[in-house]
Amino acid sequence: MSDTDNAIAGETGSSTQVVKPPFVANPDLPPHGARRTDVDPKAAKRAEHQVATCFGLSALATVAFCICYVQIPIDAYLPIPFFGAWSASNLALGLTFGLAAFFIGVGAIQWAKKLMFGGEVTQMRHPLASPPEAREEALEQFWAGADESGFAQRKIVRRSLLMAMSLFPIPLIVILRDLGPLPSDSLYTTLWRPGMRVVLDPTEAPVRPSDIPVGGIVSGMPSVLPAVQEEQGTLNARAKDVVILVRLAPEDIKSQQGGTSSQPWDYQGIMCFSKICTHVGCPIALYEQRTHHLLCPCHQSTFDLADSANVVFGPAARRLPQLPITVDAEGFIVAQTAFDQPVGPSFWERA
Amino acid sequence: MSAVVDKAGPMLEALDERLTLANYVKRNLRKVFPDHWTFMLGEVALYSFIILLLSGIYLSLFFKPSMTEVVYNGSYAPLKGLSMSEAYASTLDISFDIRGGLLLRQIHHWAAMLFVASMSIHVMRVFFTGAFRKPREINWSIGVGLLTMGFVEGFAGYSLPDDLLSGTGLRIAEGIMLSVPVVGTYIQFFVFGGEFPGDIFISRLYGVHILLLPGIILLLITAHLMIVWYQKHTQYPGKGRTNDNVVGYPVLPVYAAKAGGFFFVVFGITVLMAGFVTINPIWAYGPYTPDQITAGSQPDWYMGWLEGALRIMPNWETTAWGHTISWNVFIPGGLVMGLVLTAMAIYPMIEAKVTRGYKDQDHDLLDRPRNAPVRTGLGVMSLTFYILLWIGGGNDIIAKFFDLSINQITWTLRFAIFIVPPLAFVATKRACLGLQRKDRDKLLHGRETGTIIRLPDGEFTEVHAPLSEEEKAVILSKTDHIPLEAPAETDANGVALSKRKLKAARRTAHLSRWFYDDNIPKPTPEELAAAEAHILHGYEEGHLVTEHRDSLEPEGGVLHDPNAEPAEPSK
Repeated sequence: MSDTDNAIAGETGSSTQVVKPPFVANPDLPPHGARRTDVDPKAAKRAEHQVATCFGLSALATVAFCICYVQIPIDAYLPIPFFGAWSASNLALGLTFGLAAFFIGVGAIQWAKKLMFGGEVTQMRHPLASPPEAREEALEQFWAGADESGFAQRKIVRRSLLMAMSLFPIPLIVILRDLGPLPSDSLYTTLWRPGMRVVLDPTEAPVRPSDIPVGGIVSGMPSVLPAVQEEQGTLNARAKDVVILVRLAPEDIKSQQGGTSSQPWDYQGIMCFSKICTHVGCPIALYEQRTHHLLCPCHQSTFDLADSANVVFGPAARRLPQLPITVDAEGFIVAQTAFDQPVGPSFWERA
Repeated sequence: MSAVVDKAGPMLEALDERLTLANYVKRNLRKVFPDHWTFMLGEVALYSFIILLLSGIYLSLFFKPSMTEVVYNGSYAPLKGLSMSEAYASTLDISFDIRGGLLLRQIHHWAAMLFVASMSIHVMRVFFTGAFRKPREINWSIGVGLLTMGFVEGFAGYSLPDDLLSGTGLRIAEGIMLSVPVVGTYIQFFVFGGEFPGDIFISRLYGVHILLLPGIILLLITAHLMIVWYQKHTQYPGKGRTNDNVVGYPVLPVYAAKAGGFFFVVFGITVLMAGFVTINPIWAYGPYTPDQITAGSQPDWYMGWLEGALRIMPNWETTAWGHTISWNVFIPGGLVMGLVLTAMAIYPMIEAKVTRGYKDQDHDLLDRPRNAPVRTGLGVMSLTFYILLWIGGGNDIIAKFFDLSINQITWTLRFAIFIVPPLAFVATKRACLGLQRKDRDKLLHGRETGTIIRLPDGEFTEVHAPLSEEEKAVILSKTDHIPLEAPAETDANGVALSKRKLKAARRTAHLSRWFYDDNIPKPTPEELAAAEAHILHGYEEGHLVTEHRDSLEPEGGVLHDPNAEPAEPSK
């Protein structure tokens, strides 16, 4: 124990292991210095007035709040130099309500600091632990109760109760089953089908190759999407099926995700990729024409559109799926096939 | 006399007859609380939570938590005729068509920022001063729970308006859910009621945000405060402040006035900010649609570190036996926050285990951070880790503002996150030990007065003065911990310890040495008494020298050598 004694030597406290250095007269508080308001009645009066003024200002601000609420139209704007137009109502209500609260606080604190008794006082702490007899008594009570219940002796009752209790929460979990449908294959499928037109987002107009100049990029979606969205009443299709159409000079395209020379996946240098990031699903929107890089503004995953949309930087692990395109009889861009893989973020079941 | 004061007697009598109130009142009305500005941090958190409850109730009167598509026809002209969710449209109505609505919305959001901010700084104060030690471990874990709930509740709250920014945040949350191995897809489908974004999520989130989480937070805060009240507040060391007393002001009247007043100050400042500073201008972001996004999308500040973790994580993904695990999303999005908060929650147990005599006493006198170098080092290390992730969360903003390459920032952070925090640990620990040495020096040699005197033999020296009683009390509050020793292979009765137990005890002893081995011990009482006499002597002599510098010939020629090393006991 001598080590322990040494360890906390000098710590001031009541424990028997604590040694107080003899010369530290710690238990005295520094003497309480009188404030001006304690000795000078004029200063005290002044402080009293300050406090009352604060409370008075608060009351005024509250009245002003009510007047502003009624009087200032909600669509009135104040032109503030350098800051643009400010809502007059918001400004006035915030100012008056804020000051009404603020002045109550300042007044109360000033009151406490200047006028209330200003000395610090000492209270002793009491050990948190109960006396040993109390603990013993508590345990005895527990054992008496436990004994009377027969919990320890009646094994079969105990075990069957534990079984019942451990099973009981199951319905609370089972009942959550209808929170949503099972995933089934919905993450694997999109609205894209062979021959479906790509329409522009948001004009919904079909696209001809000539609409996209070399170096250009547009957002698109399957032509049926608006109708599906209307019918479903959700944005689910839009969250999965949107694409970008990008046109590169054919000689700049290093590789694509598929296609043959007789049936390439691009159409005269126009390629179509999923717009949904393979990282966590943000729509990818920042295109750098010179490098053909597409950057996700959420986490900066960067995809090289000239090279199969491979990941060149950032946290995304997979390239953006490419949608093979061609043109239909009327010369509009259409999908050759559906996506050959799920779009969007990865998930456990994805092979 | 005021009517309130006059009526107290009959009032108390009536209540006491029904509730036995007098006992409670007499014990608590004049209870003493110690005073320090850092004790206000938790108060700010409490007050901002009250502001959140009040402003939240108001907002719930107008907000429609529905994803049903409507065509906006309110008074904000730029969005007129656009189709959007009812949630977003009603948030616009609150902002533009309901008097005071915008103010209350902004009060709510500012208070939320303040709530998490004050909790974060409060938890640092508690950590660095060792206020989590026995008997306050329970309250520490409640606090960690509150911080966690604060993060989640804040995120849930700013996701409700269904604007373009918050919807993007939800999309990211969806991606993180999908990344959970085995059950991720199911979690996502159950939470969103199908595919993202579905048509039910906002109303589900609403219930969580206004009932479930605030209920839990309220419960935890109540427990937190009751325990603080019951255990009595810790206090900083100082003259007259010991481990056995509480020095401060009574609840009535000083604390009632100061803390009550402070509530109104916090409230007032929050309202003034809401009046003058726009926050979360959802009208500028537009309604959520999953195919659009703005560059420079940033979450609220307290989500910044998780966003940073997502951004700087390398793109690791494995596919095997027909299954995909997105380490690139699951580690930063799912594990980092869980691991950090768990580490925080269990830290007091680790310190308890490695500290000799921890269980034998209450720790009501706060540690000075320098006196716990490893703890302080670990704290600074964690903060550095947090700040680096936070920088990562703003890498696009930083790149743009400072004209740097975003790729270089990201790559730098990928290495820095492993290199810089340990360096911060070492630097902090060394700084703490340096401060301990300085303290020891001060006790043994006194305080530097700034008075330089020249001795007859030409030597310049500085006069050192004795420390004030206050300063001495503060420095001597330090506890010199002795590390635990590894046990002998046999116990007192000569019975051999099992190999496993022996190994565990050795590990604990090792960890204990890592915590406490470098401690710079306080001078012993004898050393102090001798030093005291020496300092006083030198000080008085120094003064004589300054006053009669022509006539005095100091004995031995030296008053005091400030560079003398304190005699360090050998280890």
